[in-house]
This record gives sequence, structure tokens and C-alpha cells, in this order.
Amino acid sequence: MAAPGLELQDLHFGRGSWQVVFDLAVPAGAFAALIGASGAGKSTLLALVGGFETPASGSIRIDGVDITGLAPAQRPVTTLFQDHNLFAHLDAAQNVGLGLDPGLRLDAAQKAKVSQALAHVGLGGMDRRLPRELSGGERQRVALARSLVRARPVLLLDEPFAALGPALRRDMLDLVDALRRETGITVVMVSHEPADARRVADITAFMHEGRILAQGDTDTVLDSPDHPALADYLGVAPSEGSTSG
Amino acid sequence: MSALPVHRWPAGFALLATLGLAGVALAALLAAVPASAPVRLFDPYTVRILGFTAFQAVLSTLLSLAFALPVARALARRTAFPGRGLLLGLFGIPLVLPAIVAVVGIAAVWGRNGMASALLEALGLEGLSPLYGLSGILIAHVFFNMPLAVRLLLPAWSAIPGETWRLSAQLGMGSGALFRIIEWPRLSAVLPGIAALIFLLCFTSFTVVLTLGGGPAATTLEVAIYQALRLDFDVARAVLLALMQVAICAAIALLLAASGRNAASEAAAGIAAQRPDAARPGARIFDAGSITIAALWVLLPLGAVVAAGLSGPLLSVLGEREVWLATLRSLLVGLGAGAVALTLGTALAWSARDIAVRRGRVRRADRLELAGSLNLVVSPTVFGAGLFVLLLPLGQVFSFALPIAALVNGVIAVPYVLRLVGPALRRTAEHHDRLCAGLGIGGMDRLRLVEWPAARRGIALAVALAAALGAGDLTVIALFGNQDSITLPLLLYRALGAYRTQEAAVLALLLVGLCLALFLVIERTVGGRTRT
Repeated sequence: MAAPGLELQDLHFGRGSWQVVFDLAVPAGAFAALIGASGAGKSTLLALVGGFETPASGSIRIDGVDITGLAPAQRPVTTLFQDHNLFAHLDAAQNVGLGLDPGLRLDAAQKAKVSQALAHVGLGGMDRRLPRELSGGERQRVALARSLVRARPVLLLDEPFAALGPALRRDMLDLVDALRRETGITVVMVSHEPADARRVADITAFMHEGRILAQGDTDTVLDSPDHPALADYLGVAPSEGSTSG
Repeated sequence: MSALPVHRWPAGFALLATLGLAGVALAALLAAVPASAPVRLFDPYTVRILGFTAFQAVLSTLLSLAFALPVARALARRTAFPGRGLLLGLFGIPLVLPAIVAVVGIAAVWGRNGMASALLEALGLEGLSPLYGLSGILIAHVFFNMPLAVRLLLPAWSAIPGETWRLSAQLGMGSGALFRIIEWPRLSAVLPGIAALIFLLCFTSFTVVLTLGGGPAATTLEVAIYQALRLDFDVARAVLLALMQVAICAAIALLLAASGRNAASEAAAGIAAQRPDAARPGARIFDAGSITIAALWVLLPLGAVVAAGLSGPLLSVLGEREVWLATLRSLLVGLGAGAVALTLGTALAWSARDIAVRRGRVRRADRLELAGSLNLVVSPTVFGAGLFVLLLPLGQVFSFALPIAALVNGVIAVPYVLRLVGPALRRTAEHHDRLCAGLGIGGMDRLRLVEWPAARRGIALAVALAAALGAGDLTVIALFGNQDSITLPLLLYRALGAYRTQEAAVLALLLVGLCLALFLVIERTVGGRTRT
């Protein structure tokens, strides 16, 4: 197994009667998918890694370093949210530039870097466009360009492409996958589509009621569901020799 | 729990300032209640004033709503006639127009020697009798509150989804059925709140009654408080009247708060659909008539102010040093009121935002904002009377006239800031808190890059409103003003009182120009270019 990228150890979090416990290991440079029904805790896991929620106990490590106590911006992590990734009153270049300096004070070299990043995600020459002048897919490309200039080792996708059509969603996933191969980052995405996981994810984790019930090689997890809840979720019969519980 | 900080100290500071100040004013009043109070509380004169105050307020409210309903319906039915936007802008002017200027304009239209009277006489009929008394008060109150009611009623119509009109067209509903089945249920949800607001405004009306009323037959509590303090030097009586006023306003405000929670908007695909009754000739004529009469109702007094001012002794009035000093004082009061309203209002809205969005305690946040609006209950006169009683023993009552006018008018304008800035702040946090945290945008960077662009238009509008209202204030300055603190409204009031009509016309034009300029300059410079 490759060097550890993202590790969650005995991570506890909860609101009232709703409690989650996560243990997860994603190798550095891998593409991981989190699948499971709504309310399984997928977005909560990403929020904990992103630093937007504070765990009750347990630890989060990235590249072997414990980041549990760090503020969101200090973590080696970038999150792409489902929506509101961009500031509506700032143009594409400014939105990307915020990834280099949160006060938007950029020198010439940084501005050039912003333009390159936009070109890299297929938005060359669209620097001055406001979000409302871009399509839904283009807006998420701008957010992706910002994650490029931030160059954080872990990229979290909290269903940023869920509102796009199937073809466009596949294009965006392929783009993320290509960027991952180029830069060596670790990607963790939340998905409702097992087909998306199959397309890009090396490993897949199945979540159910706040627990990770299965994790491993994507094809193995999806083809031979060894847990009844996973089989129910996928709508297939449990694989031979599965153990309950 | 969310890791984002919740700032409580701004609200603490703002509440201390607003409620504390109102509390101090009320405490000062209570402390000044004479021992013989219960005996004098309901003497026949006071009962008569109380009766007239309520009577004119009820009539003003009913007339304003009766006038506003057909106008609002016509504007809701005609969404695309040329000049519609301009007309709605025109309906916003009475909101910032100093009451005393409106009185000058209304007298020029409806007075003994006004335009309406001249028209009647030209037709061989009898001219109008003088404007003073109940009829004048009602005309002025409807002038202010009909446009307000129209603007408050219109959202009830625009909230009706296009799908509903399409469905009603398919079912063949006539105009009456549309009103009964579709429009009335929505209107009846908002009407009590609007009626309570207008009643409150007319119940506490000061300038209109001071100038157009008079005598025991047409005096309201507000004016009686002023007269007791400034003319009769009867502090005890002023205190009793003020407390009576607060008790009644509190009761009405509770009604208002209870009815203000039903702004539920319906989720709809938002298809554009014409209402089925818009094209009928009868409806067209009725709507055109309603809109024309309403436009003239507001436009004529405004036009009369401009015309009379321009034909008055412009040069001699504008050449007087005292006029420019008064203008400068009014400007200072306006800017001060804007600064006070902005500071207190944004502080409250900021804390309420944190509590609503970052702690999920929306109702607690709403209650916090409501506390900032409690000053609706304590009218400027009562506020001023409290401070007057407080400062009286110090012998310094008149030396603080301008700061007190700025302070009281600023506090009174806090609800505008809450309504215009609060939603933008909450939206920013809802949409961007996580993104800002993830990118490390905080402190001044967040203020400059995220909060300011989202809130600046609301801030500009609220500050512009507060400044214009402060510059046009007569209530507080009438209580506290002396020779050294004459503002433009007070100068105008004195000219009217001395029947220097031509001079008053020029001063009215100058005052409306000042308020309008203050409003537009603040709105444009602070608000920046309007984004579409």
C-alpha cells in the first residue's frame, strides 16, 4: 500500500441522538469515492476533514501529520461545495485569486498564475467574466482552478457536479482525475452514483447510518457487496459467502 | 458544532445604547411623576385629547387604506406601463419628505387660496374653507400614508405565482372572484400589520398636527406633550401624557409584531402569466383613473412646493446668514443621525446574523432585532421629553439640541438599517461562511471583499433615509431648540407661524432640496454603481 494520504482514526462527532464514528484510510494520490444514502454522514465526513465541524474525539491525519486542531484555512485541504463556491460580485480571476491571497492583493506573477489556472481548466480568456455570465459547469471549473492555485494536497468534492447533466458531470470528473494525475493530489468525493465511482475512483467507501461499513478497491466493493446494507443500497443480492453484521 | 465565531458584543453595545437610552428617558419621566397623578390623569381635557388622537388616527388609517387598495391593485394589474417605475419612486418621496414641507405643499393645493379652491371658483362654485383642523390633518396623513400603504401592499400581489393566474384564467374567474378567492386571502394576511403601522404613525404624528391642528379640538398627545413642556412649563402634565402615549403605542406595536410573521412566499416555477381580468375595458378605465388620481395626489403638493419656492424671494432669503447657518445645522443633524443609525443598526444586525446562521437560533436572532425596533414604541417626542426632564435640573437643556436631535433621529431609524442590511448579512454568512473559512478570508479582508459588496446598497439606502429624516426633523428640535440651534425646519415653522408665506415657500424648497440632495449623495456615493 502506498504512503498514507488521508487517515481518519476513531473520529467521533454528533448532534443529539445522531452520532457518527469514522475510520478511513486513503492512500496519497488516490481518488476515493464515498457512497451511501442521504443522511449516512458523507458530507459530515468532508466537513470534519475540511475543518467546518469540530469532532468530539479522534484524529485526522494528512500525509502523516495530525491536523485535527487546525483552522479550515490552515489545513492542507480544499473543498468544492455543491454550490456557492464563487462570490457572485467578483469575476472569475478574482475568485481564483482569492486562493492565492485571501485579501486579493496579487502581484503580476500571481495574476499570471491565475490566468494559467483558468486556461488549464478550459476557461482561457474568461478571466473577467462574472459568475452569472458563466454556465453551471463553467462556474465549478472556476472553483476547480482556484483549488489548483491553492495547491493543497487533498481535494474534497462535496457533490459539486450534482446539478450538472450526466455528460457534463463525466467531463468534470475526468478533468479532476486528469488534474490529480498531474499534480499527485489525493481526491475524496461524495457521490450518489456508483457509476461515477467506477469511472474515476480507485477506492470506494460505503457509508451507512454514520459508519463506514465497507472500504477498499472500487470494483471489489461494488461487484461483491459483502454487507447486506450495501447490497440493499446497490439493489443487488449480497455476494456469496457474505457475513452479516 | 460549527467552528465559526459568534459575535455577541456588537448587539450588547447597540442594545445598551438604544434600550438603555430609551430606558433612561422613561425612567426620567417616571421619576418626575407627581404624587397627585391619578387625579389628573383623566381630566376632561386629557380625555378629549386622547379621544381626538385616536379618532384622527383611525380615520387616517381607514382613508389611507381605502385609497391605497385600488391603486395598489391597479399597479399590480398593470406591470408594464411607461412610467410605472417612476411612479413607485414618486411614492417613495413622502417617506423622506420633511412633514413641514408636505404641509406647505398641501396648503398650496388644498388651502383656502390653494389650487383646488381656485379651480372650484373658476367653475363658479364656492372655494374651500381653510385647511386647519381635522380635514387638514387627514389630508396630510393620507398624503404620507397612502403611498406607503401601496408600497407595502404590492409585494402581496407579486407573491402570487404565475401558475395561479393561469389556473384562474382556465377556470374563467371574473374580477370579483379573483379578488375574493385569490387576492383577498393574501391581503387580509398583511393588512392588519400595515394598518397597525399606519395607525401608529398617525397616532404619534407631531409636525402635521402642530401646524394644521391647534386648539383643544384638534390636538394630539404628541403636540400636547410639546405644549406642556415648552409653552406651559408643566413638566408633570407632559410626563403623564408621555407615559400614556408609550402605553398605547406599546399595545399597538405588540399587535404589529404579532402580525408581522406571515411573509411566507410560495415556491413556484415563476412562469410569467397575465391575469385574466387585465384586458377588460372597465378594468382599464378603473385602473387608469386610480393611478392618475394617486399620482396627482402626491405630485401636486410636491410641484406646488417647487413652484412656490421658485417664484418666492429666492435671493433675499438665500442671502441671509441665518438661513445658511440653519441649513448647516440641519445637515449636521442629518449626518449625525445617519452615523448613529448605521452604527447601532449594523451592530445589532451583525450579532443577530451570527446567532441566526452560525448557531441556528433564528427566532432568538429575530427577537434581538425586534428589540432594536422597540423604539417605535417610544416616539421622538416621548424620547425627547424624557431627555428634557433628565437635563432640566442641570440647566443645560438647550445647549445639546443638535446632538440630541441627531441621537434621537438616529435611534428612531435603526429599524430601517435592520430591514435593509440584516438580510444581506445573513445571506452572506449562509452562502459563504465555509468558503471564507476554507480560504482564510477573515477580519478586514472579509469585511472588504465579502460583507461590504453585499451590504453596501442596503447600508447606503438606510443611512440616506436616516440622514434625510434627521435633516427634516422638527419634533426633537421643537422641544430643544433655541436661538442658537435653529435648524431649517424650525426656521420654516417660525416663518409659517408668522404668516411670512413667501419666505416660507423658499425655505420649504431649500429644505426639500437639502433632504433630497443628502439622500441622493449618500445613496450614490456609499451605494456605488447599481448592479443589475
